[in-house]
This record gives sequence, structure tokens and C-alpha cells, in this order.
Amino acid sequence: MSVSDPTLPPHLQTDPAWRSRLVAFALVLVLLWPMLVMTEFKPWELMDQQSLSASWKFLVNFFPPAHSKDFLLMVAEASWQTIAMASAGMTLAILGAIPLTLIVNAQLSVSRLGTGRMHGLAYLLRQSVRWLLVVLRSVPELVWALLFVRIVGLGPTAGVLAIALTYCGMLGKVYAEILESSNTLASRTLLENGSSRLSAFLYGSLPDAASELVSYTVYRWECAIRGSVIMGFVGAGGLGQRMDESMKMLAGDEVSTMLIVFVLLVAAADWISGFFRRGLA
Amino acid sequence: MKHVTLPPAPAVMRLQTALILLALMALVVASFLSLDLQWALLWSGDAIQNSREFLAGFAPPDLQATLLKKVLFATLETLCMSALGTFIAALLGILLALPASGRFGAAARQITRLGLNISRAIPELVWASIMLIAAGLGPFAGTVALAAHTTGVLGRLFADTLENLPPHCETTLRMNGANASSAFLYATLPEGLPQMVSYTLYRWENNIRAAAILGVVGAGGLGQMLKYHLSLFQMPTAATVIIAMLILVGLVDALSFAIRKKLMA
Repeated sequence: MSVSDPTLPPHLQTDPAWRSRLVAFALVLVLLWPMLVMTEFKPWELMDQQSLSASWKFLVNFFPPAHSKDFLLMVAEASWQTIAMASAGMTLAILGAIPLTLIVNAQLSVSRLGTGRMHGLAYLLRQSVRWLLVVLRSVPELVWALLFVRIVGLGPTAGVLAIALTYCGMLGKVYAEILESSNTLASRTLLENGSSRLSAFLYGSLPDAASELVSYTVYRWECAIRGSVIMGFVGAGGLGQRMDESMKMLAGDEVSTMLIVFVLLVAAADWISGFFRRGLA
Repeated sequence: MKHVTLPPAPAVMRLQTALILLALMALVVASFLSLDLQWALLWSGDAIQNSREFLAGFAPPDLQATLLKKVLFATLETLCMSALGTFIAALLGILLALPASGRFGAAARQITRLGLNISRAIPELVWASIMLIAAGLGPFAGTVALAAHTTGVLGRLFADTLENLPPHCETTLRMNGANASSAFLYATLPEGLPQMVSYTLYRWENNIRAAAILGVVGAGGLGQMLKYHLSLFQMPTAATVIIAMLILVGLVDALSFAIRKKLMA
């Protein structure tokens, strides 16, 4: 690698970084090769006659999007079902997360007052609830949905339960974090002067953290709407299930309408959640 | 004794807040009423019996060596899908970030940004089920789906990065006679690279999680295995796959937490 400029000093006549460039390039190639094999990366298969004609037939139907009255009504119903699944699931998640947060929150520990050390049993209870929350949110919502579809059958019930469990784990964790990181002076003082845990929480911790808690909850509701569309793909009702059905029938026009509706739905949820968060802050 | 007049108590809440809360309540009530939820089915004696049998079927997870080997392979496949998908997305993202950051005029900027927004708005799973039609079952469809969604995300982030960089270095090179491409390659790109690399790594972390479940529509990796064994009602095997997913996600979380802690310190 020479830089053809005789006025440069000799040590700059060659690219000073060529060695590291070469090594980096070789490393990328060495890493990339097994990955390409592993993922069966064969783009040329997209170009063979059969696959091209299938994709072409599917894509050509995208325009115009399906817009018969019956179909639009069905899409509207499915969209509402998606929103309702997300809202109902979130409500259950909140109802579950609030008591769990109250248990987890170490700032409300009475045994820790004065001694600075938590009672052994109380510590055990807090840790086990913490782990319960970890398990609830670590299993992806789609997997919960897949499991619930086997128990309660196809339909929105599975989706609602899946959202309720996953989001209960997320909300519980974040609520506890928000409460523990906010100013705890007020609740400490209340506890030290003999108030009960619940009133120390309601009058000491909650006022300080309320707006952040509400804002996070509304943000999660927005995520739940996106999640509930996806869960339809495993049979949990709503827009996703309809999209999956149309996809399997290769009905490009229906898929295109539903994709448009989905994008609009997510944009609307984004906008409304922003509006609510500003209004409640 | 002097009479003290206290200021009036503050209102419990603003009208705006009350209206929003009312709207939310209405949404929740309408949701529960309109959904045909099968609570009865869930709590009836029959269902509890069924669920108990269903859950009991998972224990103990199947730990045969051949299965573990298969799960390990699927985990590797998941990792490869996510890494390759993110890599392709980063390359495409930087190519598309050039027009999207307004280097080829305002019209090109708007059009590219619209495209990026659309591919970002469609979730990986929907991309995957579209790709299945063209690419057939298997990890390739999943990789392309991850790449398609992530290109939208990274393209926009990269474009914003490029737009927000201070322009001095590049203008200096341009004014001294360097052509546009070398000015970009030697001034703007190295300046923006650390930010872009950190965005890419963050998306990779997300994509590992996404790749693990992408398979339930048939796009390879652990998800495909889970769907397959669940639909054959091989619960102990499915349990092993779920545990593998949890371990994978847990490791990724722990690793990213450790790295972030290190970088912050």
C-alpha cells in the first residue's frame, strides 16, 4: 500500500494502518463464513423460478389493498380486539404488579429500621418475589402465548394472559426500581414514627414517584399493543391472527391492508401515549 | 389568639388529568366487556386439572445427550441469525443513511426516511412470515427478516448520527480540495463510528432475543424447535428448549449489563 506522494516523509509513504486493516478484514471473513453456512444463507435461492413466481404472485396483489366493506369491518374488529387485548392484559398486569412491588420494595422494610439489617424471613420473601418477577419477564411473551393457547385454546384469552404475566414481571421490577431510587426520606420518617407500611407508601413514597410510574405504565401499554399484534401469529386472536391467515392463503391484498392498518395503529398508540404522558406528568 | 388563615388546599387533580384517567378507565372497561374471555374455562375444575397435567408434563426436562446437542446447535443457529442479520443491517443502514441524512438532496432524504420508517414499523416476526413465502422454512428467512427490520432502525439512527456530527472536519477537507467521498471516509465516518458501533451492538442484543422467538413462525433457531416439539406435545423436550432460551437471554442480559457497567465506570 503506497501513497504516491514523494514529498511525504518515508514512514508515511505507506498506509500506517494497513496491517490492522488487513487483520480486521481477514477476521471478518473468518467469522462470517461459518455464520453464512449456519444460517443457510443462499440468496440465489430467492432468484430461482419457483420462488420468484410465488413471491411475485404475492407481491403483485399488494396493490390495490383489499378494501371491500366486509373485509374492512373485519379488520376494524380485529384491530379493536388487539387494542382490547393489550389494555385488558395491562390492567391485569398492573393489578398483579402493585402488590408484588409493595412486597419487594426494601424501603418499606420495618425490620431494617434502626438495625439496618432486614429480618431473615423478610429478606427471603423479598428475594423470592424478585426471582418470580425475573422468571415472569424472562419468558418471552410469545412463548407464554404459545403455552396458553394449549391450555385455554385459540383466541384472545391466551393473549391477555400472556401479556398479563410478562408485563407484570416488567412493571413489578421497574416500579420497585423507581420507588427505591426516588427520595425515601419521607417514607423513612413516617415509618420511624410508627406509621404503617401502607400509609408510609401512600403518603411518603407515592407522591414523589407517581408521575414517573404513570409515565412508564403508559409507555408499556404502547409496547403491549405492538406485542399483542405479534401474539396473534401463534393463534392468540386479533390483527396478528388474521394477518397470519391471509399470509397462509397468499392473499397479498389483504396482507397489504392489514400492514397499513398495523402501521397506523402503532403510530396512533405512539401519539396517544405521548399525549397521555405529557398530560399526566 | 391570632386567627391564622391557611391557603386553600390544592386541587386533588387537574381537570385534564381527570379526563385522561376517565378515558383510560373507559378503555379498560370496554376492553374487558368486548373480549370474549374464557375465565370460566380457566377456573373450572376441568381446566385446572388439564393445566396441571399440562404443566406436570414439562417436568422433568429431557436431558438426553442427543437432544442437548440439537439444542446447542439451535442456540448457535439463533446466535448466527442475530449476528448476521445485524451485520447486514449495519452495512445497509450506513448505505441508506447517506441519502437519509440529506447528502443527496431533500427529496432523497424524505423518500429514504419514509422507506426506513416503514421497514422499522413492521416487526421482525411479520417480516419473517412474509419472507417465508419467498425463502421457505429455515434460518435464512429469519436472518433476512431480522436484517430488514434492523436496517430500518439502524438506518435512521445512523442518519441522525451523521446529521448531528459537527461538520468542521469534513468542510475543512473539502475546502482543501479533497473530493466528497474521501472527505466523508476520512472525516465524518471515523467521527461517527463509535456512536454507530454502539447502536449496532445494542441492536444485536435486541436481535438475539428476537431471533430466539422468531422461529415460531418457522424461521429457524430455538423458536422453530419449540414450536415443533410443542405441536407434537413432547413437553419434556419443549421444557429443555424453553430453559435454553432463558439461559441464552439471561447470559446476554448479564453480559451487556457487565459491559455497560465497565464502560460507565
